[in-house]
Amino acid sequence: MSTSMILLGLLIAAALAYIVGIVRCRASTGGDVAKLHSRTGYYGSYLAIWTVLPALFLTIIWAAAEQPVIRHLVETSLPAHAAGVENDALMSLTLGRINSVAEGLPKLSQSEFKTIENARLGFTPMLEAQRLLQEKGVILGAEPEPYIISAAYDEVIYRHTSSWLITGLAALAALAGFVYGFTQIRPRLRARNTVERVVLAALIGASTVAILTTVGIVFSVLFETIHFFQSVPTFDFFFGTVWDPRFTSAGREGGASGQFGLLPLLWGTLFISFVALAVAVPIGLYSAIYMSEYAGPKFRGFAKPLLEILAGIPTIVYGLFALITFGPFLRDTGAMVGLDIAASSVLTAGIVMGIMIIPFVSSLSDDIISAVPQSLREGSYGLGATKSETIRKVVLPAALPGIVGAVLLAASRAIGETMIVVLAAGIAANLTLNPFESVTTITVKIVSQLTGDLEFNSPQTLVAFALGLTLFVITLALNVYALYIVRKYREQYE
Amino acid sequence: MEQIATSATAETAPMSGVANGEAPKVTARDVCVFYGAKQALFDVNLDVPRNSVTALIGPSGCGKSTFLRCLNRMNDTIPICRVTGKIELDEQDIYDRDLDVVELRARVGMVFQKPNPFPKSIFDNIAYGPRIHGLVRDKTHLEEIVETSLEKAGLWKEVKDRVHEPGTGLSGGQQQRLCIARAIATTPDVILMDEPCSALDPIATAKVEELIHELRQNYTIVIVTHSMQQARRVSQKTAFFHIGYLVEVGDTEQIFENPQDKRTQDYIMGRFG
Ligand SMILES: Nc1ncnc2c1ncn2[C@@H]1O[C@H](COP(=O)(O)OP(=O)(O)O)[C@@H](O)[C@H]1O
Ligand SMILES: [Mg+2]
Repeated sequence: MSTSMILLGLLIAAALAYIVGIVRCRASTGGDVAKLHSRTGYYGSYLAIWTVLPALFLTIIWAAAEQPVIRHLVETSLPAHAAGVENDALMSLTLGRINSVAEGLPKLSQSEFKTIENARLGFTPMLEAQRLLQEKGVILGAEPEPYIISAAYDEVIYRHTSSWLITGLAALAALAGFVYGFTQIRPRLRARNTVERVVLAALIGASTVAILTTVGIVFSVLFETIHFFQSVPTFDFFFGTVWDPRFTSAGREGGASGQFGLLPLLWGTLFISFVALAVAVPIGLYSAIYMSEYAGPKFRGFAKPLLEILAGIPTIVYGLFALITFGPFLRDTGAMVGLDIAASSVLTAGIVMGIMIIPFVSSLSDDIISAVPQSLREGSYGLGATKSETIRKVVLPAALPGIVGAVLLAASRAIGETMIVVLAAGIAANLTLNPFESVTTITVKIVSQLTGDLEFNSPQTLVAFALGLTLFVITLALNVYALYIVRKYREQYE
Repeated sequence: MEQIATSATAETAPMSGVANGEAPKVTARDVCVFYGAKQALFDVNLDVPRNSVTALIGPSGCGKSTFLRCLNRMNDTIPICRVTGKIELDEQDIYDRDLDVVELRARVGMVFQKPNPFPKSIFDNIAYGPRIHGLVRDKTHLEEIVETSLEKAGLWKEVKDRVHEPGTGLSGGQQQRLCIARAIATTPDVILMDEPCSALDPIATAKVEELIHELRQNYTIVIVTHSMQQARRVSQKTAFFHIGYLVEVGDTEQIFENPQDKRTQDYIMGRFG
């Protein structure tokens, strides 16, 4: 039985145990529920936990250990003349072949199996066996040696045995757990406490997984980055003004210096983000002011979600819009007034990205402006200030720190944005002040360095990790600072 | 309860405690206030004598704040709120269409239950009103206004070395006196106070009460309070509200020594509220 079948079985067992637990605890007090320490559902859960949890652990551990153990068994059983007994890399190749054959064997019919068996014993050409397996989707580069077929037999048997073993063991564990839990159920049993401890452990487990994944990602990027800096000097990366990784000659060790300059990319990223903010901050802020201070509840209830839909549009759609509609439009308009605007320019990408981040600015600023206490507005009205005076001189200054935080968050979105710039900003790494020219960004280069036929260990590929880490550090710093500001602002009015 | 109150209005409505001699500063006639469909005040008639302190008392939710906020049209800021009847300030209808509400609020200052200094410096807090009303000639004039306002609010001595520090950094009592100074800075005639001491400790309360006592010389003060001792200490005239009706109004001494209405008696004896 496969692991998923075992899990399904455990699920059914849990449901049954839950019901049994409830029935049992009711019976233990002769139906008087008030005498129980916990509500009946907790007794049900208690029994279900005892039934499932040990068996579940066993299954998971088994599933994790199965592969390496079988591999080891197969490896040690190989004959001395088998390829790879001396060499690790070859060994993994051989084991891979055995694995493929083992995958194919159970799919064969009786007669086909016979053919293979004959081939193994040398009665039929091995080529025939290879063809048969190929039909079952097992691609072998060359005719399999007899020992590979034997080993594959063994592997199939090991797997089969293992599968039955774990099924039996899981059933046994479930039963044992059930019996233990069943005998434990009595009115004084603190079922709720046990169940809640298990729930707590599950929650802690879930958050641990989330945290460990993040840490894992950061570290993997970090290690590749360190790897990158072994072939390219750190200084050349961070302070180089030329980005030209392609022309690294293949023969030279580590690649030429000065070709992985971060500065043009960083400049492109910041330039586009700046244009985006120049678009998003005024529009977003003004709409937030209108929404929170002037709009009636009806209009607000309809317009705010509409604005937030903007945030739900996939960025690739913005990218397409920039590439197909807005870029050419800007170029043609520019041509009409005598401006030479590239179709993919800083301006195109920046404006479209600005549209994308409007909802971030407006929605957050709206919340922040609304959080300015009503008493301040009343205080101002009470002194004879008009609405616009109140907004300009009391509400906005009071909300300013929070708004700055909102803008920083939007900026970090803009800096990390990929799809729009991939499609709309261009790929030329220019260090230019002209917004009509095309530039490129860190994210674009990460994409272009990783898509292609380059060898993975070359600095051309590894630089993507260095870029990724740089980007990560920048946006993280921005986010942390922005959240710090927003939080401080919130505390001010609590 | 509703029934009794309604029948009682017929007797109490005309009673408005008309001041003897001098014309009242504020007169309210048949004031009704609605929040949406719900009526919060019923035919309130009240005269506020000038240069004296009038206290509004009554159990919470009876409409004291609502009435107070009619006097500077703060209720305009609540969209669902509707006011009927007539309120005059110096014989001028404040709900008149030609009247500028901005000017009205400069003449009728307000101090709120919770101190609400703006997150600006003490100086800018005080200067806020004069600046928006264009009362300032130059920098020295503004400094003068700030100083006299703080002086009148009895805060100058405490803060004169730190007028450029944030107003929110003051203690609760100082903040409330800052708010009073802020109101004074726009040179109002009337100051409305809505439970100005309810968020303050006894010592700060005593200071504010002392301040109210002094301000009475030059200003007409209407104060909402839930503390009957406070009403007794600071006011000359007291009005008792009960679920939207003005039940009884008279000289403070008379209201507390010899209340006419059964409900006033009960409230003052502490039997409800
Ligand atoms: N903004 C408002 N919207 C709706 N109802 C209100 C509002 N403000 C006050 N009310 C209602 O009006 C009545 C009087 O309230 P209020 O004047 O605040 O009483 P008090 O100040 O005497 O405690 C209460 O029933 C209250 O629920
Ligand atoms: Mg009130």
